[in-house]
Amino acid sequence: MTGVGFGRLLRRDLLLVLRQGGDALLTLAFYLLAVAIFPFGVGPEPQLLARIAAGLLWTMALFAALLSFDRLFQQELEDGGLEQLALSPLPLAWSFLAKALAHWLATGLPLLVAAPVLALVLQLEPAAIPVLVAALALGGPALTLVGAVGAALTLGARRGAVLLPLLVLPLYIPVLIFGVAAVDAAASGLAARPHLMILAGYLLATLPLAPWAGVAALRLALE
Amino acid sequence: MSPPDAAPFTGHDLLCRRGERVVFRHLGFALRPGGVLLLRGPNGSGKSSLLRLMAGLLRPAAGELRWDGQRIEAEPEGHRRRLAFLGHLDAIKPALSVAENLGFWWGAGGVGPALAALGIAALAPLPARFLSAGQRRRLALARIVASGAPLWLLDEPTNALDDEAEAMFAAALAAHRAQGGMAVIALHGGEAPPQAELLAFQPATTDAFDEEGLIEA
Repeated sequence: MTGVGFGRLLRRDLLLVLRQGGDALLTLAFYLLAVAIFPFGVGPEPQLLARIAAGLLWTMALFAALLSFDRLFQQELEDGGLEQLALSPLPLAWSFLAKALAHWLATGLPLLVAAPVLALVLQLEPAAIPVLVAALALGGPALTLVGAVGAALTLGARRGAVLLPLLVLPLYIPVLIFGVAAVDAAASGLAARPHLMILAGYLLATLPLAPWAGVAALRLALE
Repeated sequence: MSPPDAAPFTGHDLLCRRGERVVFRHLGFALRPGGVLLLRGPNGSGKSSLLRLMAGLLRPAAGELRWDGQRIEAEPEGHRRRLAFLGHLDAIKPALSVAENLGFWWGAGGVGPALAALGIAALAPLPARFLSAGQRRRLALARIVASGAPLWLLDEPTNALDDEAEAMFAAALAAHRAQGGMAVIALHGGEAPPQAELLAFQPATTDAFDEEGLIEA
């Protein structure tokens, strides 16, 4: 008999997403709608939209990501799956990473695909679109990792869904700043590389820190 | 290292505290290969807490748990490898089939025999959301059987089971013991497995503070 492994947990979570669908589609639908609704508020002038496109696409990506976290561990806690994962030979940090990766593939990747299309609609400088995708590819997983820590910390808390954004949003600010700066730099013909490097650095820092913090929070929730 | 005939799994002078309340204290046990430790006692007397201590989900406030003379905190992953835990919750995903649910935990290899041992082989392709409470419990027990782990920690395993399923569980437990497997079982009612060692829990009485300022149950 072989116990749960990283790959098997990842595959099962993706299978659950495929069968249940709901959360992943909701996140994407929210993103599309929230961005599409903006021109109604600020007016449809192309120059204005092109100027705010980077900031708009990024802030809405943050909000869309926030929407998706509250069920990440809650369901596992309620059905006893988390207890079993904590008792399986696979270190809980790997389980945390597998679940975060599955969550990003289900919710972050669709945003990554939708963003260039939305960017074209908003008349973002075409030269900046590859940079937007690269920035979302580096920043998105970091958002997911930090959000997963928030989800673990608010496990079992009353009003966890309200508490989570308060905990997580301040940590999202660096990703927002450098994500937008990268796209703006590319749109005005400057080098985006330094900004992308900082995003990569943020991701590299969260990669070991988030599982470490997340596991501590999960174990606390199980006591 | 202890000789092979001695008890591999032992607890010494355990103290369990939940919040400010002492659930139990000075608790010890020794479990030999093929042995069953039966936990009996009223609700809230600490049976589940002891099982969670044994699994490593909780840490004892004092005392220690040892496997082959080694403290289990010294190698938590090694300890998790040798135990199978059944809590109150069945850890079943309604969107997955019965076979997928079981295969997730212990690989597709052992699914058939384990489902057959609990009499639910015919349900294998069925989505788990269609299972009754008793069938869910059978599936959860199949996960324990499929684990092949030498130590079973079972919290009220026969909840919601019918007579047929109880007999199947008893047979699975007997086979497990025949291979030198051990089990700790919290049982409220029902028939005790043969030659089980009994660990009786005291009912939680009126709270009183002891000399350390703790509330003594």
